[in-house]
Amino acid sequence: MTAMISIKGVTRVFDSRDGDRIVALQDVSLDIAANQFITLVGPSGCGKSTLLRIVAGLILPTSGEASIGGVPIREPRPETGIVFQAPTLLPWASVMDNVLFPLRMMHRIDSTSADKAAALLKLVGLSGFEGKSPRELSGGMQQRVAICRALVHEPDILLMDEPFGALDALTREEMTMELLRIWGERPKTVLFVTHSISEAVVLADRVVVMSPRPGRIAEIIDVRTPRPRSFDTEGNSTFHEATQRIRQLIFGQRNVSAGRAAA
Amino acid sequence: MSVQAAPPLEKSRKRPSALFYEVMVPLLATAAGFLLWEGICRVFAVPGYLVPAPSQIWTETIEIGPTVFGHSMATLRTVMLGFVVSILISLPLAVLLTASPAIASTLYPFLVWTQSIPKVALAPILVVVMGSNELPRVVITVLVAFFPLVISSATGLMSVPPELIELSRACRASKWSELWRIRLPYAIPYIFAGLKVAISLAVVGAVVAEFVNADAGLGFLIATSTAFFKVPLAFGALIILSVMGVVLFQIVVVIERVFFPWSSGNTPVTQ
Repeated sequence: MTAMISIKGVTRVFDSRDGDRIVALQDVSLDIAANQFITLVGPSGCGKSTLLRIVAGLILPTSGEASIGGVPIREPRPETGIVFQAPTLLPWASVMDNVLFPLRMMHRIDSTSADKAAALLKLVGLSGFEGKSPRELSGGMQQRVAICRALVHEPDILLMDEPFGALDALTREEMTMELLRIWGERPKTVLFVTHSISEAVVLADRVVVMSPRPGRIAEIIDVRTPRPRSFDTEGNSTFHEATQRIRQLIFGQRNVSAGRAAA
Repeated sequence: MSVQAAPPLEKSRKRPSALFYEVMVPLLATAAGFLLWEGICRVFAVPGYLVPAPSQIWTETIEIGPTVFGHSMATLRTVMLGFVVSILISLPLAVLLTASPAIASTLYPFLVWTQSIPKVALAPILVVVMGSNELPRVVITVLVAFFPLVISSATGLMSVPPELIELSRACRASKWSELWRIRLPYAIPYIFAGLKVAISLAVVGAVVAEFVNADAGLGFLIATSTAFFKVPLAFGALIILSVMGVVLFQIVVVIERVFFPWSSGNTPVTQ
């Protein structure tokens, strides 16, 4: 397996305002193959988002090195798309202009751009909404637009920072399936940060479980559940095993059995 | 000032009686107020040199209508010059203030300092320094009006969600396009909030300046007419000033609504 994204011994330290040193990531190593779907799961403060931003080139590691295709990441790279927890669409721009926004910022807009954007909006089921304002869209629809915005410049890496975290539970499941479908049609290397264990398992080829203070990788779990998947496969034994293992890693043995009894 | 009384206008177009509530009721209330005023003055025979009745104000103001119009235009000119200069100073200043913490720490003390000086005390000094012309009046107007505009514009420029700034960095966009395509549009609702305060303060500033040094303008008219106990004329000038304030304020509101419909009635830009 040749790694597309290679993270080697990455440590990132932040200086907090009161002069303390906060170790957000400690000695994290991870290799990700092309077109793999990786989810990062763990409690708050385990450095998931920091790791994502290091891969995005938005922050640099204090020590260690992250590289893409053998090239060290020192600054943001145009072939990476990012989706955040909030859709953060531009309120004054139409859906179409929001999708085209990264191309405009990169001065890469040309005669084919509008067609590309329209095709993406069709892919997420938003055909006919091109001229609408973000205000007229529901939270789920806005996040779909944000996904189109992340894909419009045809990145080979898609970074998603809790993209469905702000959505209600039903929309969230729907969007998770939607993302799997999009990923099936347009394969990319995906790094997906989430708080939801079932979301992490249903999406991922490999789930990276992280633990906090200092942020490091607790374990990497291969999910062998065959694709296509859905939340119906939650009863599936491989799915169940993976979920249980992640719960153990995050909550410890005792809480897991308590949780099971309650369920 | 009556500027605060601008009625909330949004979301009312759906009701058929919207026009009635937005326009008719305030007008009727104003008319009723004047009628009450007139009635009290007549019933209690209040002397005109203390509180003149609206009818008396009207006749004495109209009597020298062209002169009053000239004074109004002089004031309007100072107000508009001061307002435009305030915008030209405030927006770049807000951009500078938000550019770096170092610049902000350098400039803020000066800004606060300009605000702590009493403008009425400064006006005669400025006349000595700059001469007895339009310049000191515009400077006073700007000093009174620009500060809220700087502060709210700077707040607006900082109100951009951090994710959008990250997105801009991820696109390797220049600072200039970040400012032009993200920060400034995001600041529009805040800038307009500042403009509404600034236009109201510009009227105040212009009158303050005219009290100190002017040979024309409504402030000058009030100062001279009270000196000669022409109180109704002073009241007339006062009413014109307040109408001017309200109309200018509403013009800013309309400009926002026409050119930036996503901004007006959408007070804080949030998801």
